Amino acid sequence: MAKRIEISGLNAYYGKTRAIEDISMTIEPRSVTAFIGPSGCGKSTLLRTLNRMHEVIPGARVEGKVMLDDLNLYGSDVDPVAVRRAVGMVFQRPNPFPTMSIFDNVAAGLKLNGVRGRNRLGEIVEKSLRGANLWNEVKDRLNRPGAGLSGGQQQRLCIARAIAVEPQVLLMDEPCSALDPISTLAVEDLIASLKDQYTIVIVTHNMQQAARVSDRTGFFNLAGQGQPGRLVEIDDTNKIFTNPGEKATEDYITGRFG
Amino acid sequence: MTSETLEQGATGSLGERGRRLSTGRLGDRLFGISARGSGILLLLIIAAIAVFLIAKAVPALKADKANFLTSQEWNPDAAQPRFGVLQLAWGTLLSSFMALILATPVAIGIALFIAYYSPRRLASGLGYVVDLLAAVPSVVYGLWGLQFFVPKMASVANFLHDHLGWIPLFGGDNVGGQSILTAAIVLAIMILPIISSISREVFLQVPRANIEAALALGATRWEVIRMAVLPFGRSGMVSAAMLGLGRALGETIAVAMVLSTAGGISLRILKPGGNTFAANIANTFGMAGNLGRGALIASGLVLFVITLLVNMLARAIVARRKEFV
Repeated sequence: MAKRIEISGLNAYYGKTRAIEDISMTIEPRSVTAFIGPSGCGKSTLLRTLNRMHEVIPGARVEGKVMLDDLNLYGSDVDPVAVRRAVGMVFQRPNPFPTMSIFDNVAAGLKLNGVRGRNRLGEIVEKSLRGANLWNEVKDRLNRPGAGLSGGQQQRLCIARAIAVEPQVLLMDEPCSALDPISTLAVEDLIASLKDQYTIVIVTHNMQQAARVSDRTGFFNLAGQGQPGRLVEIDDTNKIFTNPGEKATEDYITGRFG
Repeated sequence: MTSETLEQGATGSLGERGRRLSTGRLGDRLFGISARGSGILLLLIIAAIAVFLIAKAVPALKADKANFLTSQEWNPDAAQPRFGVLQLAWGTLLSSFMALILATPVAIGIALFIAYYSPRRLASGLGYVVDLLAAVPSVVYGLWGLQFFVPKMASVANFLHDHLGWIPLFGGDNVGGQSILTAAIVLAIMILPIISSISREVFLQVPRANIEAALALGATRWEVIRMAVLPFGRSGMVSAAMLGLGRALGETIAVAMVLSTAGGISLRILKPGGNTFAANIANTFGMAGNLGRGALIASGLVLFVITLLVNMLARAIVARRKEFV
């Protein structure tokens, strides 16, 4: 299932403004890769180029190449809708569909993929909710609105919704920034258990979180005010946090700036 | 924070000065009085209208020799006054609901197109044109309907009658342009803009997060609309349709001009004739005697009650799934 992502020479723009410049990196399958860096350095933008969500913003565009195994996501014959079905995403703020029940929220992507039948759907919904460590909390109220859950539960519901369609890659854009510490712990445990099956990329502002959950960490920075974001370095998380190759990385993780 | 907690906090920690900040300022007091006053005034006006209408209607209803609710006659100024609203209620409800059925899908289609499909520059122009449609006075719709549309509809009616006459709706011995169907189409055009603009506003309020959630699951544009936009806008669309229906139910002059007011209750929508509350009032008020005016006012009260019931029904529909936004 899980696939390797190879980014080369990637630039992303909002209108005329270049947000990220010349990014190249490899993201290994069945591992967690964290993107860290100061606000505005393009981490989230880069993440959103990986499932072609960047271009849904009016005026936004992408140059360069993103290979998912041997498929170029930006190839001229590739349908962004198909890319998004293969690359799941969890957002910063939990965003369950407010008009849908817990069950229907998890089943939403399945229905898009043509899975039919209450029994078949029910099986996958249960499996996904178990996978998201949410089943025991919601199994008695699957028909209640998803928006009635707590913030942490909603975020795990969104993760269940994303993994229900068994994507090849799971992107997480600061998934815990709106959650309290206990819910954060629940989501981090979940990430650890999901990495056996998925390629996970997580953007985080929390360096302890990056150190806790990720195998590899990429550090992003701006050359200066108004400049596009760049990848400073990417390496094993251990190395980044103990013995980074670049001075800027060390300054950032030791709290000297950012 | 409520003013109560503010006051408590003020007396507790800030003393005299804090209390003066939170209450008793002239602006606060004036605003409170004027807001309360407007609310009370509105209730008084409604009560006054109701009292007036009922006071005018009661003598006519007392003199009525026929059943006011089930009779189809309308002779309030005869020596033996006989009148009832059944035929008016039928014509009003039939034409309005047909208008609603015709207008709602088109209006929602326009709203979706403006909100999610059209290029941004076209969208603002198109929205403006739709809003402009709402500003056309209804007498103009009536003139257009009578002079231009009725003759066209006469041939449409003949065509439908000849080819689809076996459907009871299009059957009957006698078809023509000044029919309930024509009135319903004119009404549909008139209520289109209000349904469309309100739906558009509701669609534009769908949180970006919901739309992105659907997109990220790999939804196409139509699937995004089905998953995130339409469910979110459901109660707004119902409200929009109800406002449109309210306008159709109360529409007077355009219907009075288009319909050749003849009596009878019939499902044959191509038959010339039919009548509605508002058109009946407009057509007969000038010549009506004392009792006749009372009778018309009584029919207006029935229309008011019908509109009220329709609105309550719509609210009930919206409230049924309230927990899901």
